[in-house]
Amino acid sequence: MTKMRYAAVVLGLLAAAGCGGKKPPVAKPLPPTTTTSTPPPPTPAPPQPVPDTTPVPPEPRISEDPLVSSDLDAINKNSPFQPVFYALDSYEVDAAGQQVLTADAAILKKYPTWVITIEGHCDERGTAEYNLALGEKRALAAKTYLVSLGIPADRLRTVSYGKEFPFDPGHDEGAWKNNRRAHFVVTSK
Amino acid sequence: MTRLSLFLALAAGAGVFVVQQPPQPPPQPPPQPPASQGNQTVRIGVDVGGTPKLAVAPFIALSNDAETVAAAKTVGDVLFDDIAYEREFYMIGKDAIATIPRPTSLDDVPLDRWKELNADGLVIGSVRKDANGIVVQVKVIQVPTGRVAFGKEYSGSVANPRRYSHTIADEFHKQQVGLNGVARTYITFSSDRDADRMRGPVANRDVQEIYFTDYDGANPQKVTNTRTLNITPAWSPDNQVIAYTSYRPSGPQGFGTFQDVILSFIHTGQRATPTSGSPQNQNYLPAWSPDGSKIAFTSNRDGNPEIYIMNRDGSGVRRMTNHPSIDVNPTWSPTGNQIAWVSERTGTPKIYIMNVDGTGQRSLVNEECYRPTWSGEPFNEIAYAAKTGPGFDIKIYSFATGESRKITDGIGTNESPVFSPNGRHIAFTSSRTGKVQIFTVARDGNDLRQITREGNNKFPNWSR
Repeated sequence: MTKMRYAAVVLGLLAAAGCGGKKPPVAKPLPPTTTTSTPPPPTPAPPQPVPDTTPVPPEPRISEDPLVSSDLDAINKNSPFQPVFYALDSYEVDAAGQQVLTADAAILKKYPTWVITIEGHCDERGTAEYNLALGEKRALAAKTYLVSLGIPADRLRTVSYGKEFPFDPGHDEGAWKNNRRAHFVVTSK
Repeated sequence: MTRLSLFLALAAGAGVFVVQQPPQPPPQPPPQPPASQGNQTVRIGVDVGGTPKLAVAPFIALSNDAETVAAAKTVGDVLFDDIAYEREFYMIGKDAIATIPRPTSLDDVPLDRWKELNADGLVIGSVRKDANGIVVQVKVIQVPTGRVAFGKEYSGSVANPRRYSHTIADEFHKQQVGLNGVARTYITFSSDRDADRMRGPVANRDVQEIYFTDYDGANPQKVTNTRTLNITPAWSPDNQVIAYTSYRPSGPQGFGTFQDVILSFIHTGQRATPTSGSPQNQNYLPAWSPDGSKIAFTSNRDGNPEIYIMNRDGSGVRRMTNHPSIDVNPTWSPTGNQIAWVSERTGTPKIYIMNVDGTGQRSLVNEECYRPTWSGEPFNEIAYAAKTGPGFDIKIYSFATGESRKITDGIGTNESPVFSPNGRHIAFTSSRTGKVQIFTVARDGNDLRQITREGNNKFPNWSR
């Protein structure tokens, strides 16, 4: 099963490299930690002094993608997803948030079997009960934006933790800013 | 195992009157010396004008063993606190009482000495052992006349002497001033006092479990043990069930969670999930109707936080709000005819009221405010958390005057008010001591008492 997925990903990469034309083959979001000892691809046969285009695109290195082989725990501990931050009392995804979600959507497209849970969080300045709904609206807003980018809704779950799980335990502007977020957890892969 | 231990804990907690199954048996002690002469209740200080003065003498231990001595001290001390709590009587200070020789018998009381303290009433009592535990006798004497205004005898386990005090206080208040006291009520809340951490991929997340304690914070008992977030507990009106919001695991390793309403039948250990939640159908903040037949709650089942009502078994779900903004945190009016909740439909979160058929939606007060709680007759008030600065204060809106008054003082942030069943007290959370703790305060803002001290404690809810 894992192998098949691995093969599918590799095929996907090759396909992307082959037909993408203008796009460089797959920017890897993660440090290529474990490069397997696959020998460099043999250079194609020497003749052919065709000068103009390079007929053989630089083939993607067949590397073990740690995100494919890792278990959920490891993936989430070093998550490829960036959180979306929100203004005080707001659940609107601003321009910066849209940029983040565009990058997150690319990761979701790269790993099409992943299901994620979008956690909505709030700072401590709202009331505990209301923040359960505010966090939910934040998670739903992030979900809606990802769906608009083409991610199937059934891969995106939401949950609100209100102000129960602050990422920063501080009581100042910096902590509050950090705690108003939609945070992504890979739930299954 | 869990069931058994929970049941045992409850049995121990209820102490005095062996918890037989469902309805917590109201103690029916045989009236000892007649509490009333004919049909006429002997009232303490009824003719004094103002607040009658009451003295509580140290309770007499009729044997010298440590258990009896300790029980006698506890019963007397807690009874003092219980009666003081309702402020129907002026409690003569313990220093003054210490100037009078400790009573040694219920039948031989030197009333002259108590008259010197200007006591209108004197509470005396004794504790002795018997085959089944202890026997507590108590008398309240009208000091000027020496007549017995209240006299009863209770027997049961020695495990929880405080329960005798609570029972005496409630029965005394009922008999003397027709008041439904709250000494035998409980407060449930969520707490991270166990310092357990959630399983899962994000570090440093403290679990919260549901607890309840006596109204004064004594006898904490744990209701849930699922090592996740269990919050916003709510007592059913018959005190048999605590409904709460639980974060249930989803995904193969439980790395996703979703909110759902769970009912915990605390005397049997059974649970029910009437909202049958899922990641696509999340349900939270349950609130019981006054007759216990329905539960109002918040759900995202239609893609947005809205208010719903269902029968307690999950049938007959009705959607009550329909607005793209936030609608959350319903509570019932004491008659069950109306719902108050929080909406930010105008951009600022405020409390709204509607009829239970969804009609007549209107805002209550024109300020940013949250978490309504509604008391019935004779006060007919709504308490709420108002944004008063960097944090919140508790305010009370009176339907009689159409005005609100502030009953906390801007120290820390003060949230999550809930009325006692008699409407005279409010439990709420405050950060004034650092962590979030539960306090109670009288509805005029006096008599602040801290009832939790361990960990953070949130979302209080008062039993009937």
